[in-house]
Amino acid sequence: MPFNVLVLTCLAYVAFLFLVAFVVERRASRGEMRFLRSPLVYTLSLSIYCTAWTFYGAVGSAARTGLEFLTIYLGPTLVFVGWWWVLRKLLRIGRRQRVTSIADLISSRYGKSNLLGVLVTVIAVVAATPYIALQLQSVTLSFSVFAQSSPETWAMPDRDATAIWVAAGLALFTILFGTRNLDAKEQHHGIVMAIAVEAVVKLVALLAVGIFVVWGLGGGPVAMITRIENYTDPNWAIQPGRWGGLIFLSAAAVITLPRMFQVLVVENVEEGHLARASWAFPTYLFLISLFILPIAMIGLERMPAGANPDMMVLTLPLHEGQGGLALLAFLGGFSSATSMVIVETIALATMVSNHILMPAWLWLRPQAAVSGDLRGAILLARRFSIIGVLALGLEYFRLSGGSAALAAIGQIAFAGMAQVLPALLGGIFWRGGTKLGASLGLSIGFATWGFTLFLPSFGAGGVISAEVLQHGLFNLQWLRPQALFGSEGMDPLIHSIFWSLALNIAGYAAGSLLSFPDPVERIQGAAFVNAFDDELQAERLGWTHGQAEPEALMNMAQRILGDEAAISFFEAEARAQGKAGFLPDLTPRFLAELERNLAGSVGAATAHAMISQLFGRATVTVEDLMAVATEAAQIMEYSARLEEQQGELSRTARQLREVNEKLTQLSVQKDAFLSQISHELRTPMTSIRAFSEILAEGDLPSPRVAEYGQIIHAEAKRLTRLLDDLLDLSVLENGTVQLDLGLAHLGQMIDRALAAASQTRPERNFDIQRDYASEEIHLRTDADRLVQVFINLISNARKYCDSTAPILRIAVRQKGGRVVVDFIDNGAGIAKDAQGLIFEKFARLTDDARVGGAGLGLAICREIMANLGGTVSYLPGQRGAAFRVSVPLRMEKSG
Amino acid sequence: MRQVLLIEDEANIAEALRFILSRDGWAVSVVSDGARALADVVRIRPDLVILDSMLPGMSGLEILLALRADPANAALPILMLTAKGQLRDREAAERAGVTAFMSKPFDNSEIRAKVRELLGA
Repeated sequence: MPFNVLVLTCLAYVAFLFLVAFVVERRASRGEMRFLRSPLVYTLSLSIYCTAWTFYGAVGSAARTGLEFLTIYLGPTLVFVGWWWVLRKLLRIGRRQRVTSIADLISSRYGKSNLLGVLVTVIAVVAATPYIALQLQSVTLSFSVFAQSSPETWAMPDRDATAIWVAAGLALFTILFGTRNLDAKEQHHGIVMAIAVEAVVKLVALLAVGIFVVWGLGGGPVAMITRIENYTDPNWAIQPGRWGGLIFLSAAAVITLPRMFQVLVVENVEEGHLARASWAFPTYLFLISLFILPIAMIGLERMPAGANPDMMVLTLPLHEGQGGLALLAFLGGFSSATSMVIVETIALATMVSNHILMPAWLWLRPQAAVSGDLRGAILLARRFSIIGVLALGLEYFRLSGGSAALAAIGQIAFAGMAQVLPALLGGIFWRGGTKLGASLGLSIGFATWGFTLFLPSFGAGGVISAEVLQHGLFNLQWLRPQALFGSEGMDPLIHSIFWSLALNIAGYAAGSLLSFPDPVERIQGAAFVNAFDDELQAERLGWTHGQAEPEALMNMAQRILGDEAAISFFEAEARAQGKAGFLPDLTPRFLAELERNLAGSVGAATAHAMISQLFGRATVTVEDLMAVATEAAQIMEYSARLEEQQGELSRTARQLREVNEKLTQLSVQKDAFLSQISHELRTPMTSIRAFSEILAEGDLPSPRVAEYGQIIHAEAKRLTRLLDDLLDLSVLENGTVQLDLGLAHLGQMIDRALAAASQTRPERNFDIQRDYASEEIHLRTDADRLVQVFINLISNARKYCDSTAPILRIAVRQKGGRVVVDFIDNGAGIAKDAQGLIFEKFARLTDDARVGGAGLGLAICREIMANLGGTVSYLPGQRGAAFRVSVPLRMEKSG
Repeated sequence: MRQVLLIEDEANIAEALRFILSRDGWAVSVVSDGARALADVVRIRPDLVILDSMLPGMSGLEILLALRADPANAALPILMLTAKGQLRDREAAERAGVTAFMSKPFDNSEIRAKVRELLGA
């Protein structure tokens, strides 16, 4: 088998893969996706689980430890057959949350914490770098195997140079098909198809080698089985602890490995495909593991001692002179390595660019977030990430010398990524999981894994000194990397898995229980844990994955912009693109224009989120949703403010109306009052004028002169009294009255009032009933004003009490801080309908001109009492007229 | 002798008017509230009614309306006196059919001339 044929075949194979990817991408971009949307392609793409480690390493592992290699297949088989519902939930969440990677999922679940995104990314990169190196190693190894066996005089290719060429080729492929789409879609149809093809190639290759070995070399299955049964090797004994650990590890890995997450969740086009995969993928694993043991068996028998068992798939056919088969086997191994590296690189590049490069770039250049050339930046970041990840793998390969057994590196990577499992499962099944818990668990698990497995894998004196390995960190025995807390004698791998995951889970649980999730975390936690409950809502929204129909956008635009505006906008855009009708191509320019249009109606964040949802080109992040919420809140606040203003306006209007009514009322009252005053002034004036004219004529008999003079005098006095009352009332009503506060004896005040009031109708003989003991109260008040009120009330009784044996009872009571004085006569009292009027000005009820007064007395009393901090009121229900004066015991000067 | 019925509740004003109108030779009877006044109009059949606008019980305007409601009094001259001096009252009185209107206080000669005029002397 000439080496140049191998190289040419290899190049042709790569060219074929390029072609496949290219054609598929072309068709996908034209929307012809049907053949891609098959569960078969999905299942085959899942086979990137089987890397070069599986392809070559499984045989090596079988040669060394017998059936142990099976554990690596049993884990995924159990997950797909028994735990498919976990995967289904992951798929649902991945689609609903537009998850781009496992780092994105974790960060999104725990409140879109970028710290967690960075943490998971770092774990993934650290764990995957040796793994990628492993693939490069397997390719270079297989090349050198061929070179050695080549009969021609080809120079042994430089190991490093081969690795560099392979890495460069993979980088080119990954960049071409992994970052082809300018709008950075999450899905890579070309690559998925290419790895599906590669999956077929590696299965066919391994089966072909197996069939050749069993029937060509081993003499059929029966002979093969006998041979295996007769083989005794102490290393082939099954170690139950290690088996359990490895099965668990591979089960965790199939969920958490970045490349598995990429094909399983991110590249998934239809959730239903999982149903097929749940039996088809285990079948694939079964087939690919079917001939491992026979190949190892025959290899051990036929190959010279010291041959690398990891290369037996390749070396055995070569050894047997089967060049063509060896070439097929080589292509199988090449496929395993390249497909793994490509997908792993894409997955890691997505994480690195999304969680490390872009945030850093946006932090350095915050204005870039608004300037709009973000897509170019994202693409550039992805490309640099791809090159960076591959460069890391290459560097690890060069440094590690490519000596470690393939299987061991794979297990280390598995154990590293398994650290994500607690946060992942906790995140989708336990709402109590918090950011702090996840960060704590991940960091502790990662550190423990690094200390107990990853760093020691470089060998004693590598990164960790032999001293530390022997005596523990800081010379603490319980901190020995491979005997943590004194757990000696454990298998190093199991030891590391046990301690890292135990501490990880403990940290996660403790951190979650001890902290409270913030609002975004709570929203996300509910969305993740109840991924299936919200199904109806999601379906109602009609989100499609990965692409949008122009009609859907049109529909949305119509709902937001209105029919006419939406149609004319779409028509104009279609015309600008040179298309007839009203459905333009979904170019970035058109989408940006549409978003701007929608933003005018619903706000920028909402518009962006809506188009993103329909177009499916970018993740709708929690930030987007929060921005939508903020926008909605702003709109609500604005409308609330408008409402408030409107309320204020109507309140003001009502107040104005009330004031206006009051003014009108006051104006009417003022007119009535002026009219009353006019009457009260003109009436005495009329008498005075008429009689003074009569007197001026001078021909009256003198008794008449005296009589008329008397009338003039009385009417003049009446006028004076009226003017006094008016002035008094005015002063009291304006509150400008000067109060003369002092201590006064209630009994003496009543004495004074009685004496003064006796001037009114002095001819009447009143029986005054008093309880002098109760009057022994000293009030702090304006005594003159209070006496004025008493005089008024007593005079009214003297004027109006119609009893023939008039009695006036004066009752005093002290109640709390108030003194109540009642004046009750035994007359007819005041009619019920008049009781409300008596305190109004000019409310003189009788026509009895003899009683004098203009009807201002009680109005003045009311104003005086208001000034004294008390009240005067009519007391209904007594036999006669009854008035109650209530006055504070101690009046304080106020204002 | 021509009869003048004076409806006025202010005793002093009533006395002043009674004095000056009697001196001019008119027979003056005085009544101080509306209900009795209406009865007196029927009883006395006055040739002139002098009516105060502010009266207890029944207002001057109400008495005026009641008088004019009786066709027998359609031609009866009625002189209304008011102390309120508001235009509105005057207009209301005119609509109700008052013959003449005069504000308080008044000149004695003025009211004497007005009474002479209304009695057609």
